[in-house]
Amino acid sequence: MPNARTLVEKVWAEHVVVPETAAAPAVLYIDLHLIHEVTTPQAFALLRERGLPVRRPDLTLATMDHSTPTTPVTSLRDIDVVSESAANQIRQMVRNCRDFGIDLLGFGSEQRGIVHVIGPELGASQPGKTIVCGDSHTSTHGAFGALAFGIGTTEVGHVLATQCLLQREPRSLAVNVSGHLPAGVTAKDLILAIIREIGVDGGTGHVIEYRGEAVRALDMEARMTICNMSIEAGARAGLIGPDDTTIEYLAGRPRVPQGVAWDAAVSRWRGLRSDEDAEFDRSVAIDASQLQPMVTFGTNPGMVVGIDEPVPDLSDASFRKALEYMQVTPGKPMSENPVDVVFVGSCTNGRLSDLQQAADILRGRTIADGVRMLVVPGSQQVKQRAEELGLHRIFTGAGAEWRESGCSMCLGMNGDTVASGQLSVSTSNRNFEGRQGIGARTVLASPATAAASAVMGRVADPRGLK
Amino acid sequence: MDALISLQSRTVVLPTRDIDTDQIIPARFLTTTSREGLGDALFHDLRYDQDGAVRAEFPLNDPATRDCEILVAGNNFGCGSSREHAPWALVDYGFRAVISTEFADIFRNNALKNGLLPIVVDADTHDWLIAHPGAELGINVEASSLELPDGRIIEYPIDAFARYCLTRGIDQLGYLQQQSAAVATFEETRSWKP
Repeated sequence: MPNARTLVEKVWAEHVVVPETAAAPAVLYIDLHLIHEVTTPQAFALLRERGLPVRRPDLTLATMDHSTPTTPVTSLRDIDVVSESAANQIRQMVRNCRDFGIDLLGFGSEQRGIVHVIGPELGASQPGKTIVCGDSHTSTHGAFGALAFGIGTTEVGHVLATQCLLQREPRSLAVNVSGHLPAGVTAKDLILAIIREIGVDGGTGHVIEYRGEAVRALDMEARMTICNMSIEAGARAGLIGPDDTTIEYLAGRPRVPQGVAWDAAVSRWRGLRSDEDAEFDRSVAIDASQLQPMVTFGTNPGMVVGIDEPVPDLSDASFRKALEYMQVTPGKPMSENPVDVVFVGSCTNGRLSDLQQAADILRGRTIADGVRMLVVPGSQQVKQRAEELGLHRIFTGAGAEWRESGCSMCLGMNGDTVASGQLSVSTSNRNFEGRQGIGARTVLASPATAAASAVMGRVADPRGLK
Repeated sequence: MDALISLQSRTVVLPTRDIDTDQIIPARFLTTTSREGLGDALFHDLRYDQDGAVRAEFPLNDPATRDCEILVAGNNFGCGSSREHAPWALVDYGFRAVISTEFADIFRNNALKNGLLPIVVDADTHDWLIAHPGAELGINVEASSLELPDGRIIEYPIDAFARYCLTRGIDQLGYLQQQSAAVATFEETRSWKP
């Protein structure tokens, strides 16, 4: 078929307002603009300076998640923010949304949460849409077959003012995952294995399409975990073609089309897949059935080993520097390392099924002496649902802290930090030096591995605790 | 943004590869609502230890590098978050160009919108630059070329539109606003509405 196209090419073509030429990038229309308090103040300031309105406030959805406290808050007045500048940023967000007519899911809203958790939860993230946000983990929404990518603050201003971006068409990378994930091995383990395979810069300039039977078998929350970390392989975005799983997840959510419009949308979504003969610029194959629980050992998300495998040994200076920072010994497995802190949460693993995974390990157990464990739901709705299921009692009963929603210890900008030198097993997405706090040592893992590590007091294989 | 037409400067070298945006500017500095004054936060935890003392061994802390406008970094510079605070901090500190073998996509886009030129060079040139900190380089932005101290001229790739905007100090919002009629037509005529 000569005109066979990939899913990305189809979504791209549907949103081109002005085609790209050698002299200028394409003008690409954006269907959904998600905004939060950290990467927008300077963009709104520019709009004010130039007297510009927001072109489509109805296609813009705002929340507050990055610098917000995860201790209980009932009103803006009694909010205990980490610093005056963070409090000012939050106040500016409230004012900007009010002045520009943007729907803000702020404090007091039961729909507040991490921007990449609430978009899907509300049904705003839909197949075939272009979705952007001033946050690199916008790739999460690709789980729905949307073209979703992170942008900088200048581009946030472009979208607010014009609902468009200047973009060159991306290249395509197919990640074909065959087989089935073994018991006790999760989507997080799969994406860590994929990043190890591709490398942290292997996806640069590309959009990844995750394909194959192992991907098809994943539920939507697991697919979001996969797409979320596309950026950690350097990719501009990652997506998965919509199918019955996608449509069942979206049905009945508040922001999906209603009535006959729903039927029309579903029939359009069913056509959204890469044609059988579509050619990708590159492709990578992974066999899911060979995987085990995966953990990081270094200071980027491509430095990954299986829980049983020894940490590799390379002479490269950057590699040596990473191991030295992590105080990790080459040739030994990560399971020898004692744990100080465990964090379950983030836009990668802060959804209900992630909390259930952790709770399944913790049920009837307690966390090891000296370990601090923080469980931070991805949204207020996730929190409410978890409490209805009694998960919070399992966490607090095991000795963990149960918090309000937010980005929290993933990047530690709200005061939830890991102390210098401490080792943290975290379900988040980045193990960069200092990411969770100055001098903090981060080991990325699945919620099951994180919970098992909390129980054992060292990096631990959850399969031993089932 | 200030136009960048040419640049003549010595280099400062950070040989580590995969320098991420959390190294360039740690998240705790992102509570600002301004674009200005972030130079002090640049590479903060590499420049200072946990007590705030200067780490003398870090290249930016060598007083001889203070007026260098060109940063040479290890492979894959700027990976990680979308924070535009990274190029804001680099520019505020005084850098106008960064040279590596590869840049993360979002960082490259952000840099170009702030008058900071990301230059991709081949591995051999990169190896030479890493091994020769303080080398005096000339950059001709209009010609997309880099002149090494031995007189060798190396062309580097750059998007034509980005170069046009960079050399004239044009911000791209004005260009996008000129497309508003096409955007309105697109909104009216597309086959489905978001």
